[in-house]
Amino acid sequence: MDIKSLEERFNERIDAGESIEAKDWMPEKYRKTHIRQISQHAHSEVVGMLPEGNWITRTPTLRRKVALLAKVQDEAGHGLYLYSAAETLGITRDEMMEQLNSGKAKYSSIFNYPTLSWADIGAIGWLVDGAAIINQVMLTRTSFGPYARAMVRICKEESFHQRQGYEIMLTLANGTPEQKEMAQDALNRWWWPSLMMFGPRDEDSPNTAQSVRWKIKRKTNDELRQQFVDNTVPQADYIGLTIPDQDLKWNEEKGHYDFGPIDWDEFWQVVNGNGICNKERLKARNDAWDNGEWVRDAAIAHAEKRQNNKVVKKSA
Amino acid sequence: MNNKLYEYLLMLGDNSMILGHRLSELCGHGPNLETDIALTNISLDLFGQVRSYFQYAAEVKGGEFTEDTIAFLRKDREYRHVLLVEQPNEDFGHVIGRQFLYDSYHLPLLKQLTESKDETIAAIAHKSVKEARYHLRFSSEWVKRLGDGTDESHQRMQKAIEHLYPFIFELFQETDIEKEMKELKIGADLSRIKEESMTTIGEVLADATLKIPESAPRMAKGKTGIHSEHLGFILSDLQYMQRAYPDMQW
Repeated sequence: MDIKSLEERFNERIDAGESIEAKDWMPEKYRKTHIRQISQHAHSEVVGMLPEGNWITRTPTLRRKVALLAKVQDEAGHGLYLYSAAETLGITRDEMMEQLNSGKAKYSSIFNYPTLSWADIGAIGWLVDGAAIINQVMLTRTSFGPYARAMVRICKEESFHQRQGYEIMLTLANGTPEQKEMAQDALNRWWWPSLMMFGPRDEDSPNTAQSVRWKIKRKTNDELRQQFVDNTVPQADYIGLTIPDQDLKWNEEKGHYDFGPIDWDEFWQVVNGNGICNKERLKARNDAWDNGEWVRDAAIAHAEKRQNNKVVKKSA
Repeated sequence: MNNKLYEYLLMLGDNSMILGHRLSELCGHGPNLETDIALTNISLDLFGQVRSYFQYAAEVKGGEFTEDTIAFLRKDREYRHVLLVEQPNEDFGHVIGRQFLYDSYHLPLLKQLTESKDETIAAIAHKSVKEARYHLRFSSEWVKRLGDGTDESHQRMQKAIEHLYPFIFELFQETDIEKEMKELKIGADLSRIKEESMTTIGEVLADATLKIPESAPRMAKGKTGIHSEHLGFILSDLQYMQRAYPDMQW
């Protein structure tokens, strides 16, 4: 078959809702787009460990410590599945790490914001994981099989994290005035960056059309963002916190909340490396990788020695 | 009696807590994802044990005490862990060395405690002994990998062992409370633990092509509440929230 008919066959399979597997023929651009998207997603999980990890040693109670440790550990696990899914497309984990550490690969910009109080751990679980789930639920039906399957497992854990984060916020909101203030301050700081997680407006997002065509994305950035706002506003109301948006209002006609304009200058500033923690996040990843090099080398050297010993024993 | 049992529970819980704390500092910074996950797992196991010990300690003590007031609201001189577990995460060799030396003590300790006449301690030990067995397997394997890996890893691992080994003797020095708990068959017999622990250490270090240091034991009085300068900084993290925002629900 020539490329053209392969491509036609591929498009038919996509249209029929079939799942594309790693060994199937796929257009080079589809492969590259997936490597980029899945590895970015994996990087986001791994960099996402840092802002929450920042509070592990300072949790207020033992119960919260165990829950936070387990949560951050889950994110490492998500990173692992996703790197494995990307590896099926012909890239190694070391190559992906190299792209992350050099700053070539992107990760979700939200993790370049600092975690300043314990309430931020609640806000991240509630809002950041909440926003991530909306995206990820959509991705459980994405056309590339290994990615879709990784998402099914990840979504289960993420929705647990989201409930856990919301429960932290609920406890604070029902607590002393000082605790409530801490919760409100965290919501004020994390609300807008959470809305930015869905990416630029549809008219400014050139990749969306192709991604929708390939069923990588089944909804546009703006549709997903609207869904997040609609889900989250009643949750804030329920615990008595105020969303920091004066234009926020229920629109009876549309059946959705209207919300105010997003500060896209801030978004691009952070994407371009000038957020509060961009440099620190990358440095932490580079330090972990560089300081771990002798450990990884030792593990390989030791495994080789063992292998050689086995060979020697067998031939003796 | 109750007060002595309480103190004994603090000794058990504090070792797990301070070691778990040191491991938790590494979460997100491991040499690769697999070791990151494994070290966090060990930290989680240790904090699970801490909760069991301190919930029981709170019951023994009665009144207003809870697992959290015990964990977070004691003065530095009231912590009862050994100096080994507060040693910092200098590099991965030190992390593994500290873990291995502690595990080589922790496993035989828990094995004995499963026979404790105190049913709660026996039950906690019963659950924890499986975890400690896994921890020891993990840390021994890594001691061997690093000891018998590359020249650099060998040197680093040897250096870590040189630093940490002199701290293990404190684990086997019996305090009055440990002696009394042993006699009541509630606590463990440290001389028996020492024997098993030293055998494990000897075997694993030999396999790892590492030398047992000849240095003298470090002076260490952690069990009586005198620690190194590291503890103050550990506590300023650990206690931060409870001290800055007292008497609140979280």
